[in-house]
Amino acid sequence: MSNHLLSLLIWLPVVGAIPVLLAGNGRPGLARWISLLVAVATFAASLALIPAYDATTGTMQLNESMSWIPSLGINYSLAVDGISVALIILTTFTQILVIVGAWEIIQNKPHQYMAAMLMLEGAMIGVFCATDAMLFYVFFEAMLIPMFIIIGIWGGPRRVYATLKFFIYTFFGSIFMLVGLLYLWHKTGGSFAISDMAAVHLTLTEQSWLFFAFLLGFAIKVPMVPVHTWLPDAHVEAPTGGSVVLAAVMLKIGGYGFIRFSLPIAPDASQHYEWLIIVLSLIAVCYIGYIALVQQDMKKLVAYSSIAHMGFVTLGIFIAFILVRETNNPDAARLGMQGAMVQMISHGFISGAMFSCIGVLYDRMHTRQIKDYGGVINVMPIFAPFYVLFAMANSGLPGTSGFVGEFMVILAAFSANPWIALFAAFTLIIGAAYTLWMVKRVLWGNVTNKHVAELKDVNGREIFMLSAFAAGVLLFGIWPEPLVHLMDASVARIVEQLAITKV
Amino acid sequence: MPSINDILILLPEIYLVVAACVLLLLDAWLKPGQKGAVHWLSILVLLVGAYLVVSGQPASSVTAFGGMFVRDGVAEVLKLFSLVITAMIFVYARPYLKERAIPFGEFYTLTIFATVGIMFLVSAGSLVTSYLGLELLTLSSYALVALNRDSSLSSEAAIKYFVLGALASGMLLYGMSMVYGATHSLDLHTIHAAIVGTEWKTLLLFGLVFMITGIGFKLGAAPFHMWIPDVYQGSPTAVTVFIGSAQKLAAFGMAYRLLSTGMGDAAGGATGLAPQWQLMLAVLAVLSLAIGNLVALVQTNLKRLLAYSTISHMGYLLVGFVNAGPEGYSASMFYAVSYALTSAAAFGMIIVLSRSGFECEEIDDLKGLNQRSPWFAFLMLLIMFSLAGVPPLFGFYGKLLVLKAAVDAGMLWLALVGAVAAIIGLYYYLRVVKVMYFDAPTEGTDVRATADAPARWVLSLNALALLVLGFAWSPLLTWCERAFAG
Repeated sequence: MSNHLLSLLIWLPVVGAIPVLLAGNGRPGLARWISLLVAVATFAASLALIPAYDATTGTMQLNESMSWIPSLGINYSLAVDGISVALIILTTFTQILVIVGAWEIIQNKPHQYMAAMLMLEGAMIGVFCATDAMLFYVFFEAMLIPMFIIIGIWGGPRRVYATLKFFIYTFFGSIFMLVGLLYLWHKTGGSFAISDMAAVHLTLTEQSWLFFAFLLGFAIKVPMVPVHTWLPDAHVEAPTGGSVVLAAVMLKIGGYGFIRFSLPIAPDASQHYEWLIIVLSLIAVCYIGYIALVQQDMKKLVAYSSIAHMGFVTLGIFIAFILVRETNNPDAARLGMQGAMVQMISHGFISGAMFSCIGVLYDRMHTRQIKDYGGVINVMPIFAPFYVLFAMANSGLPGTSGFVGEFMVILAAFSANPWIALFAAFTLIIGAAYTLWMVKRVLWGNVTNKHVAELKDVNGREIFMLSAFAAGVLLFGIWPEPLVHLMDASVARIVEQLAITKV
Repeated sequence: MPSINDILILLPEIYLVVAACVLLLLDAWLKPGQKGAVHWLSILVLLVGAYLVVSGQPASSVTAFGGMFVRDGVAEVLKLFSLVITAMIFVYARPYLKERAIPFGEFYTLTIFATVGIMFLVSAGSLVTSYLGLELLTLSSYALVALNRDSSLSSEAAIKYFVLGALASGMLLYGMSMVYGATHSLDLHTIHAAIVGTEWKTLLLFGLVFMITGIGFKLGAAPFHMWIPDVYQGSPTAVTVFIGSAQKLAAFGMAYRLLSTGMGDAAGGATGLAPQWQLMLAVLAVLSLAIGNLVALVQTNLKRLLAYSTISHMGYLLVGFVNAGPEGYSASMFYAVSYALTSAAAFGMIIVLSRSGFECEEIDDLKGLNQRSPWFAFLMLLIMFSLAGVPPLFGFYGKLLVLKAAVDAGMLWLALVGAVAAIIGLYYYLRVVKVMYFDAPTEGTDVRATADAPARWVLSLNALALLVLGFAWSPLLTWCERAFAG
């Protein structure tokens, strides 16, 4: 069984979606229970990765390989390293909470909603497992179809605009990546294996073209400034579960793509254009933070804060080039890269939790405008502490997971260039400003209107969901060691590869 | 005197012609209440024809009647899929014809004759066979388009098709005569051999241009696409589905025989006119991708939308063909097969959702389909994403192969044009999904699937095949590659 663990993880939710669909509109209860069962089973299976994976070497493990299209050299080949394992567990964990979160909230065709979520989960796990570029691409694109449906059917008033924008934007980025992959196939002499693509020699010009092809695909996914404009729309219009998956997992696929494709395949071009990514990341951290400050809509605020936080991920990945190749400080590079990875996982918990909290409020009040709230703590005493905790984590308070990744990246940035660190550290101020100001306006003070006065506190289902997120945020804030250990050797390998030029 | 061997090679075609004649007589002889039998018999006739094609397939390429007729791997693939897809179309067509009281017998007989035309076209070993096959196909098609006599749209479409089609045939014939003048032969292999030594290069090039006009018309590639939207929209949908699917296989086969066998480069040396026609086809490809996709954006009629989408798909087919090597031809043939299957399902869906007095032709008619008929909405979603080329659906892999063929031929720019066109195309396919899933049904309309069980079943299988083949497309690719390897 263990040698097919990765296939099981991908296909269990996809196949599990079929009985959910068959349960139909008439039996929503059955559909919910089946999907919860499938999600829990997938989560349990993903936990089996931890003992199965040997974290000390950091190599790609649990290999599965089957010839898919022999005449093109496309293989159904899967393997994971520490980074993938962490992201897969994040995915399966989030999925359970998304299904619990949607339990009574989604009343319109719940079976289709749950089935779409499960198919999405399978495709996302597939992205994290694929070691064949074409297989990666297939999962990468297949992901869009269920998300398109989720935002489009269950979203807010402008859902159609948002979902079309989301789909076309993402497709636009990835189609050029496809042409890049075909070019690489041509160069490698007929292989789509990512490792073969990393081994082939390429001139700086070729690498630059490929770098920008990948950049387009992954920067839109992350998203980086200036191709971030789809995200606020998609987040605001998506149903709560859609926003949670989008923020917690789908954005990470962009960062993951940089590590899997851009760095090993085009290292010299990555070094050549590192300044571009660093500048864009700092713009995301500082300028987008300011934009978040002025938002009137809670979801939009968290969406912009996601862009700012993802800026740390790209920053952590690309300062590694300065550290390895220019200042010859691989330890700091490792720290920065490690920080970027921790930030990805941590942001998964925090943003998922923030969107869930907003979902809880929205389900009761049907508004996300900050001005419609005020004094919520007086009527929801159990809910308020969760909200405050996640807000603190979002602003990077020590003791929460939000602090760990950002701190590591800032430390590494300091070794690279103090100016970068200075701008990056700006987030500690601006992040605290926009998050805490929102908390002040929503939670504190006197009850401002009668709708707030009528609010009911969270029920058991919601407490479970928020507690699970809170456990993740606190666990990795206080004791990040297991997470760091899981990814450390894999990160070290990536940093070693950076030093090798391909020209 | 033709030998018995020649006859055996042509057995599937001879059998189909005889069977079609028998069906025609049977239809005249049967009483009105018994005519349903013709329907099932015609499907049987086609499936037996498909069996004859596969079972009698020789191990290597053979020719009959002194090289006039070729039976090789390429012909096998194209004929098999034409016959099977036409049989599926017959299943879709039954409820359509029955409810609108369109004469049964003529439809089946004419379609079978047209299919025989396809079979000759893809098996042509000489210019004459190619032209004969084309005329048999198009003359039958003109009559099919006009089958709904009482509809003015249908008659208008038929006239347009006939006038433009006759003009294109004339162009093709004119081009063929020039090629004959330059090479003194009608046989495609002899023409190929004669190209190197001929003093009449200019005449040959003129001939090539005229022939590409004819081929472009048959494919429906821009700028020879003008007939497509009107004919697709005006024809009875049961005929549109035939023109839009099986006939694309014929167009590919014709292009392959005339351009590659007749004027292509032999393996390992530039002996033909491939460099010349590669560039011409690349221009046609870019124009088709641009015009097809851009004009499709503003369509409100589903049949017209699919018509413009066809034009763009033929652009992709040409992107692969431009490679002018076995890799490109097999990619292109794969694309033709995948497109034919997908478009058969797309038009089949229009038939299944229509009924007498209500043609489900406008995109808005699909509004809220997911609430009325989730199963058919799901199938249509598969069809649309396959046409858009989103993995893991079948349509994506065709695009992948043609783009790869272009990259391998050193035409990265063409692959990039194809990529950009895919983004534009995505929008109008998504719009169809949008109205089905995100919009509420219009009050007062009642779109529901036909009660005809076989049509529903076959359509479900056809659309699900797009998903299944999205995972298991390797055998088809291997088959296409083997056809061109010999």
